[in-house]
Amino acid sequence: MNADRMTWRERFNSAAPIIALSILTFPIIIGFIWIFISTFSHTTYGLEPQGRLTLENWSFLWKDPKIWDVTLNTIILSVGQTIGVVALSALSGYALSRLSFPGRKTFLAMTLILHSFPAVTLLIAIYFVLRWINRIPILGNDIPIIGGFGYNTLGGVILVQLALQLPLGMWLMKGFFDNVSWDLQRAALIDGCSHFRAWWQIILPVIRPGVAALAIFSFVTGWGSFLIPYTFITDQENSVLAAYLRGMMGETAPVSYGTVAAVGLFQLIPVMIFFIFTQEYLMNIFSGGSKGGT
Amino acid sequence: MEVSLENLTKRWGSAIGTENITLDIKSGEFVAFLGPSGCGKTTTLLMVAGIYKPTEGFVKFDGRIVNRVQPKDRNIGMVFQSYALYPHMTVYDNLAFPMKLNNTPANEMKKRAQRIAEMMGISHLMDRKPSQLSGGQQQRVALGRALTKEPSLLLFDEPLSNLDARLRISMRGEIKRLQLDLGITSIYVTHDQIEAMTMADRVAVMQGGHLQAYCPPSELYDQPVNLFVASFVGNPPMNFVNVEVHRENGNYHAQAEGIDALVSPKRGTVAAGRGQVVLGIRPEDVSIVPADQGKGIPGEVYVVEPMGRDDLVEVSIGKVKVHALADREKNYNIGDHVRLKFDAEKIHFFDPSTEKSLLWN
Repeated sequence: MNADRMTWRERFNSAAPIIALSILTFPIIIGFIWIFISTFSHTTYGLEPQGRLTLENWSFLWKDPKIWDVTLNTIILSVGQTIGVVALSALSGYALSRLSFPGRKTFLAMTLILHSFPAVTLLIAIYFVLRWINRIPILGNDIPIIGGFGYNTLGGVILVQLALQLPLGMWLMKGFFDNVSWDLQRAALIDGCSHFRAWWQIILPVIRPGVAALAIFSFVTGWGSFLIPYTFITDQENSVLAAYLRGMMGETAPVSYGTVAAVGLFQLIPVMIFFIFTQEYLMNIFSGGSKGGT
Repeated sequence: MEVSLENLTKRWGSAIGTENITLDIKSGEFVAFLGPSGCGKTTTLLMVAGIYKPTEGFVKFDGRIVNRVQPKDRNIGMVFQSYALYPHMTVYDNLAFPMKLNNTPANEMKKRAQRIAEMMGISHLMDRKPSQLSGGQQQRVALGRALTKEPSLLLFDEPLSNLDARLRISMRGEIKRLQLDLGITSIYVTHDQIEAMTMADRVAVMQGGHLQAYCPPSELYDQPVNLFVASFVGNPPMNFVNVEVHRENGNYHAQAEGIDALVSPKRGTVAAGRGQVVLGIRPEDVSIVPADQGKGIPGEVYVVEPMGRDDLVEVSIGKVKVHALADREKNYNIGDHVRLKFDAEKIHFFDPSTEKSLLWN
């Protein structure tokens, strides 16, 4: 009798957090379910589709060729941004963690301030900078694939997003490098490595979980980015998925919420698949430590 | 390879790592750097390795100044306290990595890795990752990795500190034997005096960035040159008592309140007439008898610490406390009245202001 009551209490104790989290996430889950249902219906009443199910909302996939340009652009933006953020953060994070040079502390403090700076306040200033870059030959707007680094180019957007994400990336990488023991680096140097080789062959592999986490985080951020691409790209076919989605909710024409939901889900699918396979790595960002023992 | 350090100094701003370290290491010699943590022994080792650049002074290999030579070009092997194995590589890759970097032919590389692995008793672990090994196995791999490129100088940075006590003793013997067989000049940094005394041909004792003594272990123990060396080397540590030495009827007496110890003429003569000096005597050179069974300095047992083979007895003589090693069967108890006798030939004297030995300089 007594033992039974104990097990009930234990059961409640272990179930309590799950119940609490379920209640809290319930509205969000309902939202996702609604999106899913409404992409296959004309209209919905609550969660209940009205009329027959339809694929009409998904017709943008074959009727609007722009969607594929926009998807490709989103991929280029995310991948470009990821490569840039990871490469620059890994190099500068190493320098900030391992080398002592004048101004290191100040630099770290400055980047922290930059990180807490909302991007919106910089939009106008960035606009002028990008317009100025436009005037540089080739670099401005004559580079294949990314267009260039000026205003109204994909490269320009990558540049801005990259800059905004670097402070976080550098701090993260610095944290991971800080956790690598000095002895490991010394062993590599004594065994015959140059500084660069020790970084590339010994230290970087040790913090691979951290690099992976930053890459995933950066990719997902790029994939969902809206404000910067929306502001600095004027052509529809050069724009990205989030901006495309925004374009569908025009102020004059009536909005087809079914189609908006379908595009939204379309944008969501890669991220969700990506997330399922990589969430373990992504958690490293929050623990901030490298695995690997010795 | 011969190594010599000349006035080796390392400073970071006003912080001193080491100052004016000068010593020579003969080819094939096994030298230990001994001292408490923060004494500069690891700093010195890292300067020899080329990781730190000396602020002043020189590191010479076979007479050639190598201050500016990169660590990778010094042909040294190093073993770390944390093992510092490459966690993403297998044991074989760890052993082969230094050889890969100096472009050893693949054939030779495999043969040598196998030979070293057999020598270290780790050849059955070649495909494991370091995280799958025990501490002792990891240390063997680390030692093997330091040996595979056939270095002309081996550096050890407290390699046994992370191992348990039993393993430490067996590894101590193995490392010593290995060094003797291979004949590679070695520097061994440790804070454990037993390691330094048992393994090294010569011991460099350091404190506060300064070299305090550099001599063979027996000399370090029998002829400590100053108070620091005398107190740091030896376990249980040496007793120190402030005394004045007088000559009476041709005999030398070290005297303090409640203490009157006979000193051999050879040792007594340097301390006599100097006013107050510090007398040092090791616990094993103090004999202890029950108060009714002999003569000597009267005292009272304060604490008895059984050490296995002997009992370490702390005796209070007035305000002074003196440790003595006693036969376990004598069974001393706290509060017993006893008499102590100092071995007249084993008494050391130190100058209280300069802390230098009056006997060995």
